[in-house]
Amino acid sequence: MQKTSDVAQLAAITKRMRRTVIEMITEAGSGHPGGSLSAAEIVTTLFFDVLRHDPDNPQWPDRDRFILSKGHCCPILYAVMAECGYCPKDKLMTLRKLGSIYQGHPDVRFLPSLEASTGSLGLGLSLGIGMSLAARLNKGKPGGKSRSYVVLGDGEIQEGQIWEAAMAAAFLHVDNLVAIVDYNQIQLDGFVKDIMSLEPLADKWRGFGWHVIEAYGHDIAALQNAFGEASSMQGKPTCILAHTIKGKGVSFMENNPKFHGTAPTREECAKALQELA
Amino acid sequence: MPTQTKYALPLGAATREAFGKALVELGRTNPNIVALDADLSKSTYTAGFAKEFPDRFIECGIAEANMIAIGAGLASAGKIPFAASFSVFAMNKGFEQLRVTVAYPSVNLKVVGTHSGISIGEDGPSQMSVEDLSLACSLPGFTVISPADEIAMIELVKLAAAHVGPVFIRAGRPKVARVYEAGRTFKIGESIELLEGSDVTLMATGLLVAESIRAAEALEAEGISAGVIDFHTIKPLDREAIARAARETGAIVVSEEHLVDGGLGVRVAQVVAEMHPVPMEFVGIQNTYAESATPEQLLDKYGLLARDVAAAARRVVQRKR
Ligand SMILES: Cc1ncc(C[n+]2csc(CCOP(=O)(O)OP(=O)(O)O)c2C)c(N)n1
Ligand SMILES: [Mg+2]
Repeated sequence: MQKTSDVAQLAAITKRMRRTVIEMITEAGSGHPGGSLSAAEIVTTLFFDVLRHDPDNPQWPDRDRFILSKGHCCPILYAVMAECGYCPKDKLMTLRKLGSIYQGHPDVRFLPSLEASTGSLGLGLSLGIGMSLAARLNKGKPGGKSRSYVVLGDGEIQEGQIWEAAMAAAFLHVDNLVAIVDYNQIQLDGFVKDIMSLEPLADKWRGFGWHVIEAYGHDIAALQNAFGEASSMQGKPTCILAHTIKGKGVSFMENNPKFHGTAPTREECAKALQELA
Repeated sequence: MPTQTKYALPLGAATREAFGKALVELGRTNPNIVALDADLSKSTYTAGFAKEFPDRFIECGIAEANMIAIGAGLASAGKIPFAASFSVFAMNKGFEQLRVTVAYPSVNLKVVGTHSGISIGEDGPSQMSVEDLSLACSLPGFTVISPADEIAMIELVKLAAAHVGPVFIRAGRPKVARVYEAGRTFKIGESIELLEGSDVTLMATGLLVAESIRAAEALEAEGISAGVIDFHTIKPLDREAIARAARETGAIVVSEEHLVDGGLGVRVAQVVAEMHPVPMEFVGIQNTYAESATPEQLLDKYGLLARDVAAAARRVVQRKR
């Protein structure tokens, strides 16, 4: 795979990934477009620029670990992993179908290059702590350089375990761990502020002992800066609050709770692809 | 030969939808009914209750453990709370809370788990509840209910509300065959004989009740007389009905959309072993998690269709001879 730090190139890849996501979910007839689109820049920037990884050697001990804790948004992860060469592009349209490696939620039994099986919200940050602690234990040996990146949903962080993990990561000084909150303001039944407000969110993470960076999650350069700052952070885990728009890139999906978990119709798909041309 | 009713088994509503309907009806007659949900109210169908009784609806966000313990608090203070989520999240995330804040002090909380089993389809195993009956039955004092269709669900939700003590109600995602006629009466803990038979008894719960009826009709054509019993209550179990079936037909098949470990089957086997040992066969999910596919494909692949119940019945009848 060809890694790049070029913002224009990354933006072009991201746009293609958005198209693939729309096509996959339309073909499947079910799935979660909103949160896949809001996380598109985050996942693309990580895999094509930030992460230390090698698709030809998925078991490389020193690879960085990526965990999509909000597993329902796996279409964006599958599209990016296939683009990197981890798994076949020509099978992407089998998403959610019988026998597909592209399961409805990330499943390591079917796609072993995934770092975790997710789909039940709230678990990924703890997994990331464990992987980062293992790297610390391996310091100076194979696996000692690995960092962990965990993408969380804003609705997801209502789970109590997230805050147990937040407390532990800071207490244990897990500075090779980055949490990225896809702060799109919408969960399943509606807007986060109406269901269970998280505010003041940055203060909460700071209060738990994290280094917090706020960034616009569709600005690739801002994300690059945030990831750079996170890697130089010593003694503390970093949380990037990525302010995003759910459904980003498709006008009728943007900020629309309906497209949390509704597949586009064929007509909607055509319209979306036009907008993403 | 006993006369057998021919079942039409028309497609009815999903049991989760029936739960939502019953909850609204209960809300209208009993001001003590309260509902809780964890960001799934459109999927669990508590949304109807939330709309009509916003003051008695508590949205807990994506925090199922907290929801269960809040429900326990409400129940301890005299309310009749129904806490709903996907079964896999209510039971698994909330299990410690179910054990210590609900079962142990025996508070009057009703837990409703929707999207049970593998018939949810494409979302895959992280959302599929295949251990919930086992978990719920393991809790001392719990009543565990698993209705086969919309009619049973509506009646049993009302009975659960009237029952004093913790209850788990298992609901499914897809529309399911209607087994019962409107007006049918139910009693918690009392199984229902749907078909009489003399060679084997097909016991089932939930989705597998309709499949067992279909299996019995197929078996009849082969000269095997199969009875069918609906165990809408898994706990307390109708021991008398099990003993009677064992005595009268001498062979039993138990079918459920659940892991065979710890579900209805092993609980029936315990009663059979104690009261009247006979050969048994079990239809359920075998020591694995399923995958993404359509509900129909999954029920086929994991062996939960009438065909599988009938095959088990032929095996068990063979073992009798
Ligand atoms: C423990 C758990 N509870 C409930 C669900 C059902 N569910 C799937 S997605 C979702 C909303 C998630 O919202 P958010 O984390 O904000 O994700 P995003 O907006 O990025 O899609 C819910 C409640 C789940 N998958 N896991
Ligand atoms: Mg969100």
